[in-house]
Amino acid sequence: MIGREGATAILRKAIDFSDAEQTQAVLIGGESALTRLAENVIHQNVAESDARLTVKAVFGRKIGTASGNDLSDEGVRRTAARACEIARINREDRRFVSLPAPTGDAYPQVRCFSERTAAFGAAKRAAAAGIFAAEARSAGFRAAGSLGVQAGEIAIANSLGVLAYSPHTRVEASTVVMSGAGAGYAGDSAVDVDDISFAEMARTAVQKCRDSLNAAALPPGDYEVVLEPEAVGAMLLFAIRVGFHHVLYRQGGSYLSRKLGRRVLGDNVTIWDDGTDPRGLPMPFDFEGTPKRKLMLFENGVFRNMVYDSYTAGEAGAKTTGHSIPYADFGAMPMNVFVQPGGASIQDMIKSTERGILVTRFHYTNLVRPGKVVITGMTRDGTFLIEGGKVKGPVMNMRFTQSVLEALRCVEMVGSEPRRLGMANVPAMKIGKFSFTGATEY
Amino acid sequence: MDELLMRPALDAAVRAGAEYADIRRVGRVTESIGVRQGAVRSISSSSEQGFGVRVLAGGAWGFAASSRLDPDEVQRVARQAVGIARASAQVMDRKVTLAPVEPVTDTYRTPVRVDPFAVKMEDKVSMLLEADRLVSAQRKPWRVATRLIGEAYLNWSRENKRFLSTEGADIQQELVECGGGVAATAGTLREIQRRSYPNAHRGHYATAGWEFVESLRLADAAPRIGREALALLGARRCPSGRTALILDSTQMALQIHESCGHPIELDRVFGSEASFAGTSFLTPDKRGAFRYGSEAVNITADATMPGGLGTFGYDDEGVPAQRTEIIREGVFLNYLTSRDTAPLVGDEASSGAARATGPDRIPIVRMTNVNLEPGDWTLDAMIRDTQDGILMETNLSWSIDDRRLNFQFAAEAGWEIKDGSLGAMLKNPNYTGITPEFWGACDAVGDKSEWRLWGTPNCGKGQPSQVAHVGHGASPARFRDVRVGVGR
Ligand SMILES: [Zn+2]
Repeated sequence: MIGREGATAILRKAIDFSDAEQTQAVLIGGESALTRLAENVIHQNVAESDARLTVKAVFGRKIGTASGNDLSDEGVRRTAARACEIARINREDRRFVSLPAPTGDAYPQVRCFSERTAAFGAAKRAAAAGIFAAEARSAGFRAAGSLGVQAGEIAIANSLGVLAYSPHTRVEASTVVMSGAGAGYAGDSAVDVDDISFAEMARTAVQKCRDSLNAAALPPGDYEVVLEPEAVGAMLLFAIRVGFHHVLYRQGGSYLSRKLGRRVLGDNVTIWDDGTDPRGLPMPFDFEGTPKRKLMLFENGVFRNMVYDSYTAGEAGAKTTGHSIPYADFGAMPMNVFVQPGGASIQDMIKSTERGILVTRFHYTNLVRPGKVVITGMTRDGTFLIEGGKVKGPVMNMRFTQSVLEALRCVEMVGSEPRRLGMANVPAMKIGKFSFTGATEY
Repeated sequence: MDELLMRPALDAAVRAGAEYADIRRVGRVTESIGVRQGAVRSISSSSEQGFGVRVLAGGAWGFAASSRLDPDEVQRVARQAVGIARASAQVMDRKVTLAPVEPVTDTYRTPVRVDPFAVKMEDKVSMLLEADRLVSAQRKPWRVATRLIGEAYLNWSRENKRFLSTEGADIQQELVECGGGVAATAGTLREIQRRSYPNAHRGHYATAGWEFVESLRLADAAPRIGREALALLGARRCPSGRTALILDSTQMALQIHESCGHPIELDRVFGSEASFAGTSFLTPDKRGAFRYGSEAVNITADATMPGGLGTFGYDDEGVPAQRTEIIREGVFLNYLTSRDTAPLVGDEASSGAARATGPDRIPIVRMTNVNLEPGDWTLDAMIRDTQDGILMETNLSWSIDDRRLNFQFAAEAGWEIKDGSLGAMLKNPNYTGITPEFWGACDAVGDKSEWRLWGTPNCGKGQPSQVAHVGHGASPARFRDVRVGVGR
């Protein structure tokens, strides 16, 4: 870690080296390490230390971007010079208005760094991976999994006076436990490694694997489904990516285009974005240094707010909402999504289902058609038939092809216990009709 | 610089207790331009430097990397890698065995006629704006709300890397890549249709000089894809049912990638991606006997073929580029392997497919150029020979299960085939199948004249994530009795 002072000094240098009218400098870096498990042994175990400077230079309405990870004076000078050179060559961008000026608001106090996580080194990661392996081995199963730990920092400055710095930590853990034909999954993520119970994850995955042995084939068709949070999260990701995709939204190709204030999802679906909530993966500001705050996206199914960074806000005649993301040419995106929990447990959902399917999670979901957000994907790591309000038994994995919008318009029950899924905090859902279009042999 | 960094790193690793160590030092510059609707959306330049030290200590792997190229950092990182290996050894059942490789001192360079970095940025921008303009200049139909939007892209990069190992290898490589594409998006309030050239997902890429980009002639194809995107708005929907299916060579590249390229990665077979991308149905017992496809299906992995995104001199373990038979006349023969996976199936040597996407990532088993060998059909003859079928062109979306059996792929455009001729255009075409059944139903493969080596620059695998650049040679091919028009 470079630290606040060192990072600020690098940003100042970059802005000084630039002769552009407006300059923004962003430094993203840190240490990350990841331990992977396969067949009950650690087979990959890596660590890296990196920090990357990205400079955006603006002459009038001409923009250039360059980045590099050589942070010597010479390296910083080269990156700034390349950004300026590109900006000069570039054409006028008539949509560009300005880089953001300081808002005057203080950055929110956000708990996004944990010393315990930063100190969670190779030996501790191996011990945690050992918990997954031991639990699986004692059941006669095989565990795979990964345990990623990151201690990073983000610093942002621009020539209009924005200056922001924040360190952060993240832990992401997952395990898949397998036997001949069955598989079970558990995953978690947090700022503080102490918020994760590796033993509980191991037990969950082993139990799921045990429950999914001797799966039966089930014919494709429309079923009621109880989706665990991971499966809801995978669907939601597409609803967000397509809906808030700036270009689609402006061109009328997003289901949110011209729908501000109108109902687009079921009235029991409320979703907001909140970069300051410690239950997600919080950050006090976005990648332009604009303070984060809670923003309602869908209130009882009604589309309430579009998200913006400074560029897309300028284009739309709006104000930035603090949703700049670190990828050029993409627009703004909600990155800290929360779904309002309901009152039902997964057991309640199962009890209320006459005939349906319980899904642990999806695999390889992809967009088929953006209009109604039709996606396809497979179930994996625990798929079960529900009959007469009870889990009857495991079924082989199935392919679905389903409109996410239609699914989120027939949500019958919303779970009471949301799960942390990295970018989103999501409960389970029971959905009235879900279309399975194929099956596989395991 | 290397003298101060690289050998000392290996020495430090050995002093700390490593039985084996290698170091890769990589420098790379990548530049790109994106143009949309008559305006430049982004021009960016990204440079990267760094090194990664990989060690075996106590029989287990450790890896550490840094972007700070200084002697103290190299010592720290080498010791860190050994410490990580010792932690790995706490959860281990047997020591890692490496297939032997002859340590060489050698240099490899992508053959380049025109250096992409020497071409003026202004000329590149003009080329894209012209292609973009020609897309949107197509006359829109009667419908008031119809939009037609052009997009065009260029990417080019240069990577210099050096590999040293405690076994004595010292290999320097310079890989140059470039490519681009143009796309048309037509939309009404109700739907969006897209056509791309030469391929979907930002175009076509190669290890080559700028002469490759010029050969793509993006502007020449722009009017056609603009017209086709508009035509799709008025086209019939792809019918649902079972029919003969002809895939163009770009969609074949995707079909090979997902249903052959990934399942033959030997690390997947042994579960290394089980908690992430999944495993493989091609288990070791199937090797040499399993009928993967029909007799028309011959697939090779060839890192020596000029121009592919999977073309290099040596992989990132210092193993020379090779050509390996994967499927011969439909029978599954070989895997893509690395030095630590080859011995698990009794292979004496690695097939040279361990690749890392940067200095900060470990080499893992990756595709090189996984190619469907040409057959003896022209596309015209294939169509003439089809009574009832559909031709699908250019990938739109893809999904496949975690053992690579059940897939569902969508293409940008389709055409019905009736009595040996192409008929009406079809929108939203997609198809689904089970890998060995699908390839088993392959009854015609296009000949050399239809065959192209496509570049796939977006293959995701591994944790932390690695997005690799791989190649697929393919010509059009026909499959009998395929389920199309799923989930309308
Ligand atoms: Zn891939």
